[in-house]
Parts: sequence; structure tokens; C-alpha cells
Amino acid sequence: MTSPASTASTEFVPPQLSAAPRPALGPAADEGLARRLRALACTAPLHDLDVRKANLAGEYTVYAMAEVALAAIDLVTLNMDFDTGADHDQIIARLLPRVAAQAPRRPAAEHERVARWVLENLINVGSVDRGFRAVYGTFGPDGAYIRRDYDFKLVEEVPGHGGTVYLRTTDEAVNVLVGALDTDVTSAQIAAEVKLEVLINRGRLADAQLAAEQARYRTVQYAETLRRTLEATRRNVRAVDWLNAVPDMIDEALDHIADRYRHENAILTNIRKARDEAETGFDPKTAEHKRRAAELVDIVKDCIRRHTQLQSRLLEAGPLFRAEQDRQAFAAPTSTVGLDLYGQLVAPVLPLPVEKARRVTDAFFAHGTGLRTPVSVRLGDLVDILLTPPAEREHLGAEMPEPDLIATPDDSRFSEEQLASAMELLDLEHDAPRRLSGLLAEARRRDPELPYLVALLSIHAASPPVGTAYRQGEQRLLFAVDDGTELDDPEFGGADLIVGTALLDTVSMAAGRTEAV
Amino acid sequence: MSETHAEHTAWSESATPDTGEADRFTAPPAAVTPADAADAARLVAFGLQPKLLPARDAEYAGLLRRYREETAFARLADAVATGLGLVVLEVSTRAGMAVTAGEDSVFAVRMGDYARRTAADSADRFLHGLAHLAVAAMSFPRPEDLADDGYIGRITVNGVDAFVREACRRLEERAEELGENTDPATGTPGLEAAWRIYARRSATGATKDARRLAGSTTGIVGKAVAFLTDSGFLQRTGDDAGGAYRTTARYQLQVRDMAGTAAMAELLELGVVPVTDGTATLVMPSDPEDLELAADAGLPFHS
Repeated sequence: MTSPASTASTEFVPPQLSAAPRPALGPAADEGLARRLRALACTAPLHDLDVRKANLAGEYTVYAMAEVALAAIDLVTLNMDFDTGADHDQIIARLLPRVAAQAPRRPAAEHERVARWVLENLINVGSVDRGFRAVYGTFGPDGAYIRRDYDFKLVEEVPGHGGTVYLRTTDEAVNVLVGALDTDVTSAQIAAEVKLEVLINRGRLADAQLAAEQARYRTVQYAETLRRTLEATRRNVRAVDWLNAVPDMIDEALDHIADRYRHENAILTNIRKARDEAETGFDPKTAEHKRRAAELVDIVKDCIRRHTQLQSRLLEAGPLFRAEQDRQAFAAPTSTVGLDLYGQLVAPVLPLPVEKARRVTDAFFAHGTGLRTPVSVRLGDLVDILLTPPAEREHLGAEMPEPDLIATPDDSRFSEEQLASAMELLDLEHDAPRRLSGLLAEARRRDPELPYLVALLSIHAASPPVGTAYRQGEQRLLFAVDDGTELDDPEFGGADLIVGTALLDTVSMAAGRTEAV
Repeated sequence: MSETHAEHTAWSESATPDTGEADRFTAPPAAVTPADAADAARLVAFGLQPKLLPARDAEYAGLLRRYREETAFARLADAVATGLGLVVLEVSTRAGMAVTAGEDSVFAVRMGDYARRTAADSADRFLHGLAHLAVAAMSFPRPEDLADDGYIGRITVNGVDAFVREACRRLEERAEELGENTDPATGTPGLEAAWRIYARRSATGATKDARRLAGSTTGIVGKAVAFLTDSGFLQRTGDDAGGAYRTTARYQLQVRDMAGTAAMAELLELGVVPVTDGTATLVMPSDPEDLELAADAGLPFHS
């Protein structure tokens, strides 16, 4: 029952544009027009659904396809979790009540067919790219009229755990849906928040709900950005700007969460009050208000849950960065410098036109795939193979292949003696803390490698494991504090930490532990 | 740039003994017996089974030892390999007799045999090549990793796909910032920017038999890693995120000595001269005015 492959209308350019004499527009006006044409194109697949429903075998005109499609995009967006997306069948199941409401007398099987048809068309299953294409025209700088292809997707399929396939809405779809075309994320958010406060004061719940939902979209967007950043950090710490960009992003996200907490707790208090106060009356209007208030409470609770989730992820980001930095930056430097595969090959190739880029990838493929021993067929073997009965499957399955074990080389950067030496150096009197610069200088006199270990230990001491020390009843704890003095050292930069030892009150700690138990 | 040239010459130095071998082999007829020739050929035959580890096969290990101890035998084995159209990358206990196919050798892999659609569709051909390049880049993300013999890279299929998509997204963002219109003119598919081809191919898709959609990007990357596993370049370690793999010593040699240089030469021929100074290549320009953040940039959450 599905459907032509190219859903996007190819007759997209309005005739009057090309028929009229060339309008004397600046390039900026033309670009704005192109942007609006593209935004318009994103809605075309939805209109197209209602146009094409007449062609389906059967009487489907009663269904409002565009409405179902928008609801589907809404559902997928709301179900986009941190790691994966929305489940195919789950979306269908949630669409069914709406479809059923449009034509209650029709059989349930038909409702499901409609829901599936809409979802498949949003993915555009029929085309290779599983996307849409619209054609529009622009004037080039030399005044020549060029038709261009605009490729976009609304709902895309992404891989999940265990080979499953999930659905995600694309930015285009979110933009069309939220209606915030071509606006700045941050300013739109501030505007939404101001709007929300006014709305709560006037008691307009429907709008409050919309604003809460928009804030939820922002949270989902922050979560996605954070996930990508952390993945890049695992590959190469230096590839991500942990000096400015990421801390800024994290600060922004934490601010966003803090703000939302305040607003949403305000909503919860206000709405709960409204809900409980509304309980006294019996007229239908009050009942309707009450129902909507309860709905809003649910949404706001979900928002808070998502904000909490994002916040805990944000808090994990710092430790992950430090662990990766330890692994990558404190390893012994290699003597030779290799080829930077990303920087010198992938990055320069991607912007090239595909005709040229192909020559590079072809060369890499030809030399990077290794060898294959050619297969030669003997007729005698072929007969044997064809006549051999199929092997019976063992009940227990195939024999497990012996695992390939390789001994991991001992790649410790520092020896035990160096560690002992560093610990001895850092075994400071509790009333005599020292500056990092002094410690480094002393370490350098003992062993040229030792300053790295001392620096590493001191940086760790900046976030001392107080909880562990408390649980294990340690008597002393190394700590480091930054008082703003800059470190003057030939090998290291940063803050000249004050490193000291804190004495812990073991007796009262033990008492505290027993009380806690 | 200088180091790529250095690498190139280093590679040709190791290759020249093979080519200069013929006259030496014929001129002084040293005491080479047919049994020696058979052993040398046997060693090369072991090298043609890339998944075989010397540690697992006493005969293989014995021949490797002989290669390293007897110069005459080593030259004989090199000559056999060269005669078969093979290039010797390294002979060691960790990588075994690491040989690879020379250009036009019968052992070489051809794109047309690798994936059938590539003959007709230039976009598919590009995507398959890019998948191999991306797997290598992800296996050895830093130049140090490619140079360090002890390094073992770990990749997943979905990770590679996400990595390329991220790079494409950055290019898209940059094009948007510059206000470029990257939509290609209709009817000139060859002029479309390479990243767009990848970006608009879907990452995955549902199929009737729950297998990966072959034309999707994870399908293409999955095919590349499966092929590299068969070549003894990767070893499968798990099923997470579309399949997890780790690299072998042979893969590092192949990428470092063969593929990287070849692709680099092709890129230079196109007039693109990528310049790096060994720092990470994805770094965003840091704002010099915000440098006082350095003190707690590493500890953003302990307040």
C-alpha cells in the first residue's frame, strides 16, 4: 500500500519566479528566500500525505494524515532518550488512539495500517537515502539562475543497542514542529521562560504546557550535545576544547537546569494549588481545568526527571575528562610522529567534490585492504561439495573457538621506586604545607621524570577522596588548594597549588560511622 | 609534511632490497638448495594466511627465527615474495611475515569484487572507500597511536559511523556560518561535496530479516570491518554498538606504511596540502582572553 518513492514535489519552484524578469535582489534577499523555500519544503511531505491518501486502495479520505504525521513527529521527539531514540512499535501503538478517534467505525487493523503508512512515509522507506528531496532555484552572484537539490529527512532510523533500530526526529523536523525557524536557541529559551511566568500568573494552562514542553526540547538538545562531546573526548582529549567551549556549554546547561528547576517547581506549586482549589466546584468547566492541570503536572514532572538526568550526566563529564587526560596526556611521548589520519586525510577529503575525494579513498582502499588469496575451483571438489549432505547441527551448537589472548605489555609510565620516591616527597607535615613549585624543583633534582608524577598526584589531591578516607578511617589526607598564584615552571603551567596534609579525627569518624550504621 | 616524505623514503628503502635482489640472487650462486627455496616459499605461504599467529604454530615461528638469523634465507624469502607480487612490510614475531599485495598483483583486492554496486554508482564507491579510511582514523585517532608499535586501537561500527557524521556536521555548520549554499546544481552529482554524500545517506534502516541495511552507512562500515577482520587486521571483541573490534599489528603496519602514504600522495596530487603541527586537529580556536579559566577548567564541578 505504500507509496511512491520521491514524495517531495519536484514542481516546487513557483512559476512566476522564473517567468518574471530577473528581480533585482541582493544576494542576501535571495538567501533569505532560499531559506524560506527550504523551510517550506520541510512541510511538503506532510501535505503530500493528505494529497496521496486518495490514491490508496480503499476509502482513506476520512483520516487527517497530516495531523497523524505531526503527532508522530511529536511522539518521536518526546521519546528521544539520551542514548537511543523512539521504538517503532511503541510509536505506532501511541498513534493508534488518535487514528481510531478519526474513524471510530473502521476496523482496528485499518487504523494500524494508517499509522504505519504515515510513519513509513515520514521515513520515506521507498528511497535509497530514506529522505526527501526538493528542488528550488537561486540566482548566483553572476546573475545565472541555478536549480539546486535540497535533501532533508524528517524521521530517521538510528542504530540502538543489540542491533535494534530506533527512530529520531531530525533538526529540520524539530524546527518545523517547534516553529522556531532560524532563531537563536538561548534567546528563544529566555523568551519562553518570561512567557511562562506571565502565563502562570494569568492561569493560562495550555500555554504554560506548551512552554514547559519547549523547555523540555532544549534539555534534550543539551543532552545530545553533551553525549557527542564526551565521545570525542574518549578518542582524543585535545580534540575537544575543555578550556573554554565545553566548560561554557556545561555552565550554560547547568544554568538552564537551575532556571528550569525554579520555574518548574513554581509551576508544580501553582498548578497543584489550582488543581486542589478547583476540586470544590462541580461545573464542567472547572472539571476541564482540573483535568488539564493534572496533565500539566505530569508533563512538568517528566521535565524535572529529564533535567535531573541531564544534570547527573553533566556531573560525570568532569571525572571522565580527567580519567582520559591521565590516560592520554600523561603517557610517555613516542619518539617518532606518525601520520595524522584524521587531520591529514579524513578532514581534507570531506570538503572536496566527490569526484576528487573518490581518488583519495580509492587509493586508501587499494592499499589498505591487504590481500586476498584467489580462489580456484576444481571440478572434483565441486562435485564433492554438492553431494555432501548438510551437516547436522549439534544440539549444543558449534564448538567455541579458542580465544586469542595476548599479554598486555607492562606500560606503566612510572616505576615502583619512582612512586615511593614521590610519596616520600609528598609526605608533608600537617602544619607545613608546601607550594607545588618547590616540590617540583626538589623532585627534578632527584629524577628528571619524577616531576610528572608529583604533578599528577598533586592535581588528584585538588579533589581529595574525602569520602573514601572517611569510610576507611584514614588518619592523613593529602590535599591541594589553588590560591590564584600562577605556576612558574619550565615544564608545567597552571596554578601553583598549595599542597598539604590534613589530619583526620579518626576517633570521632569511627563514632560517626557506628552511629550511621 | 617532511615526515611523510621521510616515511615514504623509509618504506622504499625497505622495498629496494627486494627489487635489487634479482641480480644478487643470480650473480653469486650461493649454496641455495631446493629445500631452502621450499622453506622460504613456505614462510611466504604462512604470510598469506594473515589470521595465523606465529605464536600458535611452531613451524611458522621456526621459519621466522631462521629469517631473522640467516641473511641468505631472508633474502631468498624476500625474493619469493617479490616474485609473487607481494610487498614485505615487516617480519617479526608479533606481526609474523607481514606481506601485502602490490599494485596489480593477483592478491590485490579490487573495489568491483568488494562491492558490486560500486561499479555503477560513484557515490557508493566513495562511501566504501571512506568507510575504510574512517575505520583506520578511528583505530588510530592520534598520530602517536599510529607510530607506537604497542598501541592497540578499539573501535565499534556505530562509533565509526557517529565519528564521520560528526565531522560532516562540523563541515555543515561551517558552511552555514560562511553562508555558503552547499546544495549542488541539479544534474552535476560529481560536484557535490563529499561530506554531503555521507550526511544524507541514512545511518541504518529496518529490514525484513533484521540484518543491517547494506546501503546504510552502518551497513557499509560493518562490511568494511568484517572484511578487515577476514584480512587479519581486526579481531572481533564483542557485539556492543554494532560490533566491537580491536586492531592487530598487521593493520597498523598496513595503514602506516602502505595506505596512509598512498592516499596522502593522491591528495597531494589533487593540490591539497594538509598541514598539521602534531596537535589535535579538531581543536576549536581557544580564546586568549579567557585563559584564566585554566585553573579550574579541569575541575568545573567542585564548588
